[in-house]
Amino acid sequence: MTVTTTDDTPVVPRSGGTRLVDRVLRMRELAILAVLLVMIAVAQAGNSAFLSEQGVKDLLLNATILVLVATGQSLVVLTRNVDLSVGSTLGISAFAAGTWLRDGGDPVVAVLLAVLLGIGFGLLNGLLVSLGQVPALVVTLGTLYIIRGVDSLWVGSRQITATDLPGGFVDFGSGGVLTIPWLALIALAVLVATGYYLKHYGSGRELYALGSDPEAARLAGIPVRRRILAAYTFCGALAGLAGAMYLARFGNVDSGTGNGYELTVVSAVVVGGIAFTGGSGSVYGAALGALLLTSVNSVLPALGVSSVWVLAINGVLLLLAIAVDRIVALRVAAALKKKPAPRRTAMAKEKAGA
Amino acid sequence: MTHPPDTGPAPVLALKGVSKSFGAVRALRDVSLELLPGEVHALAGENGAGKSTLIKTLAGVHRPDAGQVLLDGEPVVFHGPRDARDAGIAVIHQEPTLFPDLSIAENIFMGRRPRRALGRIDHKATRAATAALIRRLGVDLDPDRPARGLSIADQQIVEIAKALSFDARVLIMDEPTAALTGSEVARLFGVVRTLRDRGAAVLFVSHRLEEIFEIGRRVTTLRDGARIAGEPLAGMTEDDLVRRMVGRDLDELYPKQDVEPGEVVLSVRRLTREGVFTDVSFEVRRGEIVGLAGLVGAGRTEVARAVFGVDRWDAGEVEVAGRRLRGGAPSVAMAAGLALVPEDRRAQGLVMNLSIERNIGLTGLRTTARAGLMNRGAERSRSLDWAVRLQVKYARIADAVATLSGGNQQKVVLAKWLATGPQVLIVDEPTRGIDVGTKAEVHRLLGALAADGVAVLMISSDLPEILGMADRVLVMHEGRISAEIPRSAATEETVMAAATGRAAA
Repeated sequence: MTVTTTDDTPVVPRSGGTRLVDRVLRMRELAILAVLLVMIAVAQAGNSAFLSEQGVKDLLLNATILVLVATGQSLVVLTRNVDLSVGSTLGISAFAAGTWLRDGGDPVVAVLLAVLLGIGFGLLNGLLVSLGQVPALVVTLGTLYIIRGVDSLWVGSRQITATDLPGGFVDFGSGGVLTIPWLALIALAVLVATGYYLKHYGSGRELYALGSDPEAARLAGIPVRRRILAAYTFCGALAGLAGAMYLARFGNVDSGTGNGYELTVVSAVVVGGIAFTGGSGSVYGAALGALLLTSVNSVLPALGVSSVWVLAINGVLLLLAIAVDRIVALRVAAALKKKPAPRRTAMAKEKAGA
Repeated sequence: MTHPPDTGPAPVLALKGVSKSFGAVRALRDVSLELLPGEVHALAGENGAGKSTLIKTLAGVHRPDAGQVLLDGEPVVFHGPRDARDAGIAVIHQEPTLFPDLSIAENIFMGRRPRRALGRIDHKATRAATAALIRRLGVDLDPDRPARGLSIADQQIVEIAKALSFDARVLIMDEPTAALTGSEVARLFGVVRTLRDRGAAVLFVSHRLEEIFEIGRRVTTLRDGARIAGEPLAGMTEDDLVRRMVGRDLDELYPKQDVEPGEVVLSVRRLTREGVFTDVSFEVRRGEIVGLAGLVGAGRTEVARAVFGVDRWDAGEVEVAGRRLRGGAPSVAMAAGLALVPEDRRAQGLVMNLSIERNIGLTGLRTTARAGLMNRGAERSRSLDWAVRLQVKYARIADAVATLSGGNQQKVVLAKWLATGPQVLIVDEPTRGIDVGTKAEVHRLLGALAADGVAVLMISSDLPEILGMADRVLVMHEGRISAEIPRSAATEETVMAAATGRAAA
């Protein structure tokens, strides 16, 4: 009688089983990819140096940090929350790791330090949001300023420069296999692992569930608070890791590092197709969104367009993404309503199937 | 056990002397209840009697302040919905609890998915098990389809599949039929009977008394949080049950007053909205209650919305007291003396977070305003006046309407529109989801309004209500008026025949 075991259940033919949601999402990701490729093609046509080895490397390096933070942010946005403090967390972690290295510390410990700091702030955000029952936008706006404030008090007018850091650490930040930087590989690994977790693990699916309908999640016995706490902690950890990578990549950190970064991150996530109302989207989309936004930064200079246009174009992309999502959502809803499953009796179905 | 053992099987799940309070409100007082395997147990009571609290206690959402929950005769404490589910208790809540973004398969197996190595979800097995479940229920739904956009009936099928998926021993259904059509109710009851015959204990809550009698074997009645009676349904009449629920004799559920109809005030001629309704003509006279019957989706609500100007129409005309209305302008319709009490009071009739005073005042912002500024005093006295006239039960007039029971919320919507002094009142499902006592009050009110010379157009899916209150019955079928039946000839059979298109043309 139990139907939860695999062996005694008949294998179902995918009766036109169009995975509608998956298909739409994949289309969404393909669309971003197409825009990205067109943009790069145009840039290459206008400036043949664009896709040189160094050009590709720069593009990947620039995108890496954003991809990493956007991956963490995705988990939070999926649960119908947001973390605005990622920029501040990135800044303070980068400075902490830099200070440790300047004083002769071990690079591995420095990275761990940055991640732990991020986890700490993530836990703080998660606790405030899940226990306080206060809107995440307001809570994390508060922690954004608090962390930035602590950072300013601690750092003051000091700064870490590449000369303070061990040579190996800086080399790692710009090195890689062939044209692929180490940092990009790390971000890719994190991205794929996160994507796999979200699709194939129960707790990952529950993040989607509780973003889709928090009240239903509570009634279904999902540990809502624990999941939200975990999402924020993960987001904080990645923001901390991104801080360490920022240090390795640029070697230059002061009290303003990461200022305003949270908005770029949220834009990347939304452009990448993660619904701001939670419950749908994928980390791959968010990563593509991050890649798209960073490449706008590189494409415009390559085409000789003033970089003052970058922000405006990012804004347009954001609005476009939201408009597309809305239109697609309406279309899908209409399609789902129009297609009332043809009802058959159990017997008729049995005859037809099998 | 304190009760003498019944001759039948032992209860699977029981409440013993359970009390639960929320602040000063005592939602449950010393309530006991026993659910037996293979039996459908009905739970009756007016809105606010404590039915939902009782269900949430059984479901592990609330923990009782006093008393015990007994599972197979042993006291248990549910720390959350998961504990109750693990004990084999499935609950179908009043509001759907599906995740719109997730597939049907994921909705059914949320929290208990088949696993592969390393704790990963076995998507294939989940899908196969879902398909098998859905087939057992005799419906055709794609397991991969997202829950978004499913009809209420299909959402309930998914909820039942969820209950089947873990072989629930206890199935609790909180007003599952409130939004279903007749055939959907029949399908649901078929499934419930199958589960019952397999030995599941079922607790069933409904406002429709005939359903309680159709499917229930015993009934427990709650009033003001206390258990009034627990008894077999055999030998009881609907009147007996109503008396237990309201604690007094209902004078009459349909207090129709005979009124001599006056001149025509609402005249609708050949109204058409493409693809929605076609060639709809009818008249409503002063003092008359005209019932508009038909199946859900026949276009009744759409006609009402067009007449009131919420939606535009493509052809035809609407006249109120000889004045022709231009379409698509509710403010013009209101000025001409039309009022529309919409179907969905929460979404369309009320601003849930605003006070009773403000909600009633919304229709009078222009008349009570002075020099374009709101006049709080005038608004308050106007609102108070109407709230008192309709006997709305509230603590303070400044309380949010969300704090009121469904029946009282409906009275606030009525007050809001009656305050405009309408000549024509259109009410869309005026008593859906309202307890019997308030229902009778709403009917008495409609009767009194008609006696005062208001023309009433009443849309309702509740056939006894249509037959009991209407002077004339218009029946819609697939966007057209398929019959007009005078009160003397209106029976369930004639109306249903016209509603399903079986009537001779």
